[in-house]
Amino acid sequence: MAVALSHLDELWFQVAGTRCNLTCQHCFISCSPHNSRFGFLSREKIQSHLHESVELGVKGYYFTGGEPFLHPEMTDILIDTLEFGPATVLTNATVFKDQWLTRLRRAQHESRYSLEFRVSIDGFNPQTNDPIRGKGTFSRAIKGVASLVSHNFLPIITATRTWPDHQDQTVLNTFSDVLKKHGYNNPRIKLLPTLKIGAEESRTGGYSAHQRVTSEMFDDFDTSQLVCEHSRIVTDRGVHVCPILIESPDSILGDNLKMAANKVFSLSHGACYTCYQYGSICSNVSTSHTPKGSEV
Amino acid sequence: MTTRIALFGGIYNNYLALEAAISQACKIGVDAMYCLGDIGAFGPHPDRSFPLLIDNNIQCIQGNYDDSIGNELENCQCGYTAARDNHFAQISYNYTLANTNDANKTFLRTLPKELELEIEEQRILMCHGSPRRTNEFLWESTTPLHFIDLFLQQRNLDLIAGTHTGIKWHAQTNRGKFLNVGVLGRPENDGANHVWFTTLDIAPSGICHEFHPVNYDYQRLGKEMQQERIPNEFIETIHTGWWTTCLEILPQKERAAGCH
Repeated sequence: MAVALSHLDELWFQVAGTRCNLTCQHCFISCSPHNSRFGFLSREKIQSHLHESVELGVKGYYFTGGEPFLHPEMTDILIDTLEFGPATVLTNATVFKDQWLTRLRRAQHESRYSLEFRVSIDGFNPQTNDPIRGKGTFSRAIKGVASLVSHNFLPIITATRTWPDHQDQTVLNTFSDVLKKHGYNNPRIKLLPTLKIGAEESRTGGYSAHQRVTSEMFDDFDTSQLVCEHSRIVTDRGVHVCPILIESPDSILGDNLKMAANKVFSLSHGACYTCYQYGSICSNVSTSHTPKGSEV
Repeated sequence: MTTRIALFGGIYNNYLALEAAISQACKIGVDAMYCLGDIGAFGPHPDRSFPLLIDNNIQCIQGNYDDSIGNELENCQCGYTAARDNHFAQISYNYTLANTNDANKTFLRTLPKELELEIEEQRILMCHGSPRRTNEFLWESTTPLHFIDLFLQQRNLDLIAGTHTGIKWHAQTNRGKFLNVGVLGRPENDGANHVWFTTLDIAPSGICHEFHPVNYDYQRLGKEMQQERIPNEFIETIHTGWWTTCLEILPQKERAAGCH
């Protein structure tokens, strides 16, 4: 099955490449302090793409890594972006400096657009989070969340589902209680499915050969749920189809946004199956709690 | 020559606010009135809004809710994604579906998805969510001006008017104007009880808009909602002006402006 871009709603930037201060056990692109397979994007390159995006009518901008705040110009990049449209940054919230958040709070206040922080925490206490994300990361991330809240941000906490699906509500409730105890009164929480590629493939095994999207599965399916239907991502290698598959050679669709926007992409990867099952996995809104095709 | 029109956003069964808004628009003096869809949802007695719309010649377009009720679909197609939001949306939808008569369902089923008009040489598109999707949420803080310009250019328009999000806003872009006309159905999450509609003064030289607060008997509405056993969460919103449901779809800025 091949999917064409309907409109470039979401423009992503792999701003910190694959460099991260953490080495999470489930990272789908195996980011770490030592992984430099993808490099940082320069502020100039990002500005060039922001200008290019205007003509294409891009609706929102997303920044990921690695850990975006390892990029020395991350604050400036987000401030630049808020002149064009809404910005979302995916972070582990462990490396913030107060002065960065102060500047970003001011920038958002002066902009007509929202600045969203998506903070990855994969369990509601150190016992559930730290085995996945590393020792001490729970308390550091919670401190980061408290700091965001104190700067008037309402971060979206994203938790990758490393528990059985039927425990979702219990996990959500407990998560919510914990965040409230740390001063986040109306927490926003998004649960994510695991993507069985990268480090996660080594942890729990990859996709089986039959976990693929087939043409029959497209009957009555809303393709706008698929990331590749409305998104592209810029890395230091070019413009790729989606943030999940950047390590796959076939994911590079061109050197510029227009070229990449005009190419269709074949849903041949196991990760495409997860995207199909849950929908909206890269967006700020919640994913489906009832995966499609769960019988497979 | 100037033509003045009134634009009503989602009514959400709030026939008391609709009645007050019509009266207010007539006092202001308008040449025509339009409703941008979502006649049902949230409030009590769905059938009471229809005579007001029909008797006052208010031309309506079809919102996602109207499509769902008219065609007796399984849900409201509001576009919520969080479980709690969908839970409350479904309660409201089931009530509205069960209490809308067949004639009104037929009325909803036959409404146009959009209206494109030329008034005083100005080209105006009225839609529910966005020009491309009935249930698209176009919030002020997540809708770039260049995104709006794309639609204005593609369809050669001077103004696009929509509703759906429940919060009014406007933007002047390089090519024209976008207007979210607000809603009559519930307060806009600002701690006030009133609701909103919009008027446009349209002239060959340009279009001016004005947002109008509508005061209505919200205590009566709350009582009727209680009598109809509509959840307290909805009634609380009518009394306090703060949203208690459908919050997870709000972007950072709009969410931070509320208290839940």
